[in-house]
This record gives sequence, C-alpha cells and structure tokens, in this order.
Amino acid sequence: MINLETIRKDFPFLERSIDGRRVIYLDSANTSQKPNQVIDAMSAFMRDAYAPINRSAYRMAAAATDAYEGARAKIATFVNAPSADEVVFSRNATEALNLFAQGWSRARLSPGDAVVLTHMEHHANVVPWQMMAAERGIELRWIPLTDDGHLDLTDLDRLLDGAKVLSFTAMSNVLGTLNPVRLLCDAAHQAGAIAMVDACQSVPHSVTDVVAMGADLCAFSAHKMLGPSGIGALWGRSEILEALPPLLGGGNMIDDVRLDRFTCAPVPAKFEAGTPAIVEAIGFGAAIDYLSSIGMAEIRRHEMDLTRYALDSLTERFGSDITIHGPANVEERGGVISFAFRDLHPHDVSQVLDEKNVCVRAGHHCAKPLMRQMGANATVRASMYLYNDRSDVDALCEGLAGANDIFGF
Amino acid sequence: MPGLEDLYREIILDHYRNPRNRGEIESPPATIVEGHNPLCGDEITLHLLIADGVVSDVKTAGQGCSISQSSASMMTQAVIGRPVNEARAIIHRFKHMMSIEDHVHDEHLESPPLGDLEALQGVVKFPVRIKCAVLAWNTLAQALDESGV
Repeated sequence: MINLETIRKDFPFLERSIDGRRVIYLDSANTSQKPNQVIDAMSAFMRDAYAPINRSAYRMAAAATDAYEGARAKIATFVNAPSADEVVFSRNATEALNLFAQGWSRARLSPGDAVVLTHMEHHANVVPWQMMAAERGIELRWIPLTDDGHLDLTDLDRLLDGAKVLSFTAMSNVLGTLNPVRLLCDAAHQAGAIAMVDACQSVPHSVTDVVAMGADLCAFSAHKMLGPSGIGALWGRSEILEALPPLLGGGNMIDDVRLDRFTCAPVPAKFEAGTPAIVEAIGFGAAIDYLSSIGMAEIRRHEMDLTRYALDSLTERFGSDITIHGPANVEERGGVISFAFRDLHPHDVSQVLDEKNVCVRAGHHCAKPLMRQMGANATVRASMYLYNDRSDVDALCEGLAGANDIFGF
Repeated sequence: MPGLEDLYREIILDHYRNPRNRGEIESPPATIVEGHNPLCGDEITLHLLIADGVVSDVKTAGQGCSISQSSASMMTQAVIGRPVNEARAIIHRFKHMMSIEDHVHDEHLESPPLGDLEALQGVVKFPVRIKCAVLAWNTLAQALDESGV
C-alpha cells in the first residue's frame, strides 16, 4: 500500500497554501510536481559536483560524466532496456518523437511510403509526421476510434499493409485510454513496419518493459514522472538507432571532423550534440529512484483505485450534468479524466475551480484532431498521480458544485 | 487573487446566455474570417458586411467560453452602424482596455464610448483570459483589413 501521508510530505508544492487553502494539484498528465529528493539531488549536484561531461580529464569531470551516465543506466533499468546505450537523452518526448520521425523519414522513407498514426495522438506525434509528409511526400494513414474511446482496430491489417512505420500513443492524454501496445507492435512487425510508441503518459504511471511491449522505439519525458523539465528519453533498438541519422550536429556527437566531412560518434552520443541537460539528467535519475522505491505496480494500483473513486464520485454527484470521456473501466484507462460539465466552457470551469485552488487543465490538450472527433473544442481534464488522494477528488467535486452559484443553474 | 465577481459580471453572463448577432451573412457580399485561440481551441467565424463605408452588419458563429462569447456579442453591438474608421477606433480602445495595445489618440476622431464593454475591464485581472476577450476583436480587425476598406 502507498503511504500517502509520507509521500505528500516529500512534495513541497503540495504543502503550499494559497489564500489559506491548500493547493489541489490535478494536472499531472500535463506535468508532475517534484519531490524533495529530486530537488535536492539537482541542487546538490550543482552546488558540489557540477562539471562538464565527456570532455575533460580532471576528476570532477570524470565524476560528473559518471553521474550523467549513471542516470542513463537507471532509465534503462526502469524500462527494462537491454542496454543503457539504447537510451538517448532528448529535451522531452516531443523531441524524441521528432528525432525519429524526421531522421527516419529523411534517411529511410521515400515518396509514397505510408506511416500509420491514430486519431488519439498528441500533436507531438502528428505534426512531425505532417512536416515529413510535406517534405518527403509520405502518406499518412489513421487508425480511427470507437465511440467508447478505444482504437478501432477493425481495419488495422489494411491500414498497415505496406506501411513502413506505425507510431502511436500507449495511453491517450485526453481519454486516458490504455492501448494494446503489444498487439499493435506485433501487427506492425507482421506488416514489416517499425513500431514507435509515445509512452510519455504511460511510463510515469505503470511498469514499463520495452522488450515485453515489443516496441522498436519508445519516447517519454522526465517532467511527467517527478523529474525536471528539459529532459526526456528515446529508447530504441540498437539496429534502428544505428541506422537513424542525428537531428543536430555539433560537439559530442562526432567521431572525427575534417573540413570536408565528419563521422558520427557511436550511439547514443551521436544524438546528443552540445552540452546536454546534465543537471536535469541527475534529476531524472533521482526521480526514477523515487518512483522505484515506491514501486510502479503500487502506483498503478493506487491510481486505479483513485480513478474508480473519481469516476464514481463525479457520476453519482452530477449525473447527467457531467459527461466523462473515454473508457468507463479503470482496467482500460489511466488516471486521466476528461469531461464536459453541463454546457459550461472548460475555461470557465477551470476558472471557477482555480478559485478553490483546484488545478486542472482546460483546453484541447494538444490533441485537436481528437477533439474534433469528439465534437468538442475543449474539455476539462483532471489527472492524478501517486500523491493525490480522495480528498483531492472531493475538492474537485466541491469546486464543480460551486460553478452552479456563478452560472446560475 | 481577485474575486470571480470581477470577471463574471452580470452583463457578461447575460451576453453569454443570450448572445446577440449570432449567425451568418451570405458571402459575397460579406467577408468571412476565422479566428482561433491556439491555447484553448476556441474558434470564431466572423461575417462582416460593409456598405458605404459603414459596418452595416456583423455576425459571429463558433464555440467559446463565457468571456470570448460575451465579448463577441458586445462587440457586434458596439460596431454595427458605425463608420469603418470608428469601428477601428473602438477596436484600439478595447485592446487598450485589455492592456495589450497603447491607445493611439487621434485628435480628429474621438472613439465612441465602450458602454457595456466596460464590464470586461475585470478580465485584465485574469491575464490568461485576455486572449479569450480579444479573439473576436482580432478577427474583426482582420476582416476589416480583408474587406479592403
């Protein structure tokens, strides 16, 4: 069992109060709060151990390099990557997705080649491919949705026929839907396509095993999993990373440079041009230590319990006044709850909740194609993490009830 | 934090519940412009009809929050029947009230008073909502530009 009392004490943000009331943070699918363990690891590194990595011979620099590479090894273990060299540091999941989409399209795809995406993708897994479709003449195909917010796999074989890449999210950032990752990766491979998984919503909340997923590549961000902003990771099978060209050129990514040519450093340095986010890598590693100390299976159990409580509470209290999007079964969804409340605009709902210090996201959640499918231009989204408890859900319900007073229902 | 009563004034809620000048005008002769708020996904389609240098009709369609919808509704009332130069002056005056534009004083043209629109003054205390309030206005400005007057 998760000890909420202990966990909440680790997060200084959650101890805050504004106007004498505590802050209810329900926006972790957007970005997560940080525990003292991460904050302290980063500030201690900056205070006591900061030095360049990979380029200087003095002991402090060697120690900093070890710390940076140590963080990479922690990430590899966390997602069960066969080798730490298969973990590339990026700025975030968005950059990781761009790294693959742009690099692979330019190096390996020809006009007319098909890339398959889904209607529930975040813009980060849509726009890079659209950019490449425009630049390289790639065909984009889309897996549609069912009415209950799952992927509609009826035509999967036809969509994958002849496709070179299937790139999809492991968990919808709007609907919360958990997709059948293994099934999709296997189907992609059967069709001869590469399987790229946008896992930035799933990695922070459940056990991740890139081998068991059957994926070829997998992207995620530190800031959604208790780590700092400014760093993320791309895991890829080594054969694919070997064949993938770098996105940025510069220091650290080269083997040799002459006036008329350069050769690349081995993976993963090939993809890490320039001084990287060293302090953030330390923080990323500390976040993984923290999550591991609690256990991802425990976190998933806690969030399932809390999601069930939230779905029940919202439905019981507001009945037909609330429309909750996505699967009803918590086995099939993460702790992301998007909803429409009466006919109020999400901005207005969020504004009313903000007065009660309840932090939710209101908007299109960087998934405008999905929003159009849903016939909405925005939703309110409450998203949960290991540090949330039932009192947070109760505060959300109280806040929503308060919307009545203002808008006169 | 400023109170919600500063934001959700009664006149704003009235325009939100009963928006004025909703709909479409046939094009041509009307100019149609779409506006987007990239942050929240709100969309507005504005139809503008100009006759003899006067804004003879404006209609808006689309979805949005109480602030964007009421702002659009009040805007149509403020500019319909005004000469184009006065309509532009009202746009400047409104954006000035939203603290996103310096008011350019034109001694030859006194901008008409904002009237009901003054109720949106409170939006300035909620900076993230300023974009909601000015969406219709930016769209109108674009429509005036595109209509070539």
